[in-house]
Amino acid sequence: MRCRRILLAAGLGLAAGLATPAPAFTVYVSNEKDNTVSVVDSTTMAVVRTLNVGQRPRGITISKDGKFVYLCASDDDTIEIIDTASAEIVGSLPSGPDPELFVLSPDGNTLYVANEDDNLVTVINLASKAVLAEVPVGVEPEGMGISPDGKVLVNTSETTNMAHFISTESHAITDNVLVDSRPRFAEFKPDNSEVWISAEIGGTVSVIDNASRTVKHKISFAIPGLRSEAIQPVGIRITADGKKAYVALGPANRVAVVNAETYAVEKYVLVGQRVWQLAFTPDQKTIISTNGVSNDITFIDVASDEPVQSVTVGALPWGVVVSSN
Amino acid sequence: MGFSVPLIFNFVIFAVLIGVMGPAGTFAQEQGTPAKLASEQDNTPVPAIRLGYLRVPQQRLALSVLDVPPVDAGVAGANLAIGDNNTTGAFLGQKFSLDVMQIAADGDIQAAMSTMISNSVRYVVADLPAAQLLAAADLARDQNILIFNVGAVDDLLREEDCRANLFHTTPTRTMLADGLAQYLIWKQWRRWVLVSGSHDGDRLFADALRRAALRFGAEIVAERQFVDTGTARRTDSGVVQIQRQMPVFTQDFPGHDVLLVADESEVFGTYLPFRTWIPRPVAGTAGLTPSAWHPASEQWGGTQIQNRFFRATGRRMLSKDMAAWIAVRAVGEAATRTRSIDPATIAGFIRADDFSIAAFMGQKLTFRRWNRQLRQPIFVGDGRSVVSTSPQEGFLHQFSQLDTLGIDQPETRCAQQ
Repeated sequence: MRCRRILLAAGLGLAAGLATPAPAFTVYVSNEKDNTVSVVDSTTMAVVRTLNVGQRPRGITISKDGKFVYLCASDDDTIEIIDTASAEIVGSLPSGPDPELFVLSPDGNTLYVANEDDNLVTVINLASKAVLAEVPVGVEPEGMGISPDGKVLVNTSETTNMAHFISTESHAITDNVLVDSRPRFAEFKPDNSEVWISAEIGGTVSVIDNASRTVKHKISFAIPGLRSEAIQPVGIRITADGKKAYVALGPANRVAVVNAETYAVEKYVLVGQRVWQLAFTPDQKTIISTNGVSNDITFIDVASDEPVQSVTVGALPWGVVVSSN
Repeated sequence: MGFSVPLIFNFVIFAVLIGVMGPAGTFAQEQGTPAKLASEQDNTPVPAIRLGYLRVPQQRLALSVLDVPPVDAGVAGANLAIGDNNTTGAFLGQKFSLDVMQIAADGDIQAAMSTMISNSVRYVVADLPAAQLLAAADLARDQNILIFNVGAVDDLLREEDCRANLFHTTPTRTMLADGLAQYLIWKQWRRWVLVSGSHDGDRLFADALRRAALRFGAEIVAERQFVDTGTARRTDSGVVQIQRQMPVFTQDFPGHDVLLVADESEVFGTYLPFRTWIPRPVAGTAGLTPSAWHPASEQWGGTQIQNRFFRATGRRMLSKDMAAWIAVRAVGEAATRTRSIDPATIAGFIRADDFSIAAFMGQKLTFRRWNRQLRQPIFVGDGRSVVSTSPQEGFLHQFSQLDTLGIDQPETRCAQQ
């Protein structure tokens, strides 16, 4: 059995043990403290460029065609648009005050932004940049998940502790589901059957059945030798076949690998310190974590669930997306 | 119910009924009525969960005008939590309200409590001195009313004088002293001198600091007392005399790393930083101070509540505001999780072993089962910014690292279990 070790490299490094050379993807990482975005080549795992962006960048999203990356600069009350071909900032969007997280509709026409200070979800038409609607939700909205068919938006409110299901046609809330303390992230299963909600202080992930809008299962985590308060789930990603899920566990410094059909936690992958968010490469062979306190990102091989390498980026990395080019 | 008005009895009622509101002031009906939970029925009337806030006027004397507490300290935090509870409550058909009552510093609790009880108040947030707090708890006991202490730091209230219906969301003197001490030990500033005032509160905090030194391995190399001779706090001559008095007062100490000050009474402590005979950091009730919350704390999502509080009040959120916010939110959280407005159900939920609340402190906060003191981290700061939060890394505990702060279960003198 091949032995793999995590190599902490400041610059170049090679992916250990991958049988075929991986296609080159570009990883964009928002660095909350540096006010930059690190651009990383997924094959060489090297930082190829550092973009200066607005104040306190966190939420980051990529358009479906991979042409544009959208970045929330929350202290500047703006969303910046980065052209992936040139890696330049080409424009900005009105977001309402203090935008933290947002999602794009699958057809790429609409942006949904959580405005945490105002207890609102703002709906923006991307072409005209016009605000289409403001939806009042619970206290401190942050997590935003959009269904694969684009019909349902789920927003989580951190102090109300609910997942609000919002119809994207009427912009009205249709259901409110109570979850555990401080829900940060909402992720739909690719087949639309479930929504997974992470509770940062509650320490759990609630699996909500999308048809009945009830919690069908709650996933707990336990790591030997680690006090349970340190397990604080935030980002969640689910593979396209719906079989495996990854959960970033915050100050537990690990990513949990969960069987998305049985909900059993199968493994904990040690990455860097204070893991926030996760992103798959487009071929889903690799998943990348942002490690906020160790200032690096970790590439994890999806087939083996082994960490391959950690790469230093900017200060306090938070969000991550991967484009196909 | 009629009231006689004796001269010492200053009785002001602010009935603050807060309806459905969000910080933006809008709850747009045109977006469609927010749906109830999937299992809820429609067309239910909106019942009220009534809380009370019982307080004495804030201590006004301070050496610096910046340290004079705002008139609405504590109440503002409770009001913000009522608003947050109502935003959540709108999705569940629950509505919260707060009746605020103020009595004189040595006033009679009984009439105030009777009024609250007759107004169907079942949860009282209390900012009272220890004696009145115990009187309130004893009056409330037979009615199964929960009292939440947000102002009194006396360890005695959690030990010999604990009460089954008295919860504490503000920390004790020993928790504050331990939080500060752990940071000083982490810094390896282990040699302390202790200067304390002559009033009871000053002596009690000095006791807590001595206990912390013993507990965490610091050495108090010398002590000195500053006696209150009844002087005015702030004068037209300003600091001219103080500049000469403080260095002389702190002369001739043996070698030390930190000068600790225990001056809850605001007589001399603020004058010590930067005026000591030899250059040493000052910590305790002045200089580097431990607190339950910090007005500049932005970590752990703190920015969110700080912004909401500032927009509602025009000032920064202080420790007493946060203690009151937590108390009111505990009731709200219980009502949400049980989907109930029944006081027995809500109280039972709060008393349960697994009750916890999130309060922008990076981990869930729980009540100590043996004396109902809220476990919480302690902020260590200088008034301008957060320097650290305790417990510090490396201080271990069998059950909860937060229990390294204050008097722990094996040591408790609280007979209630």
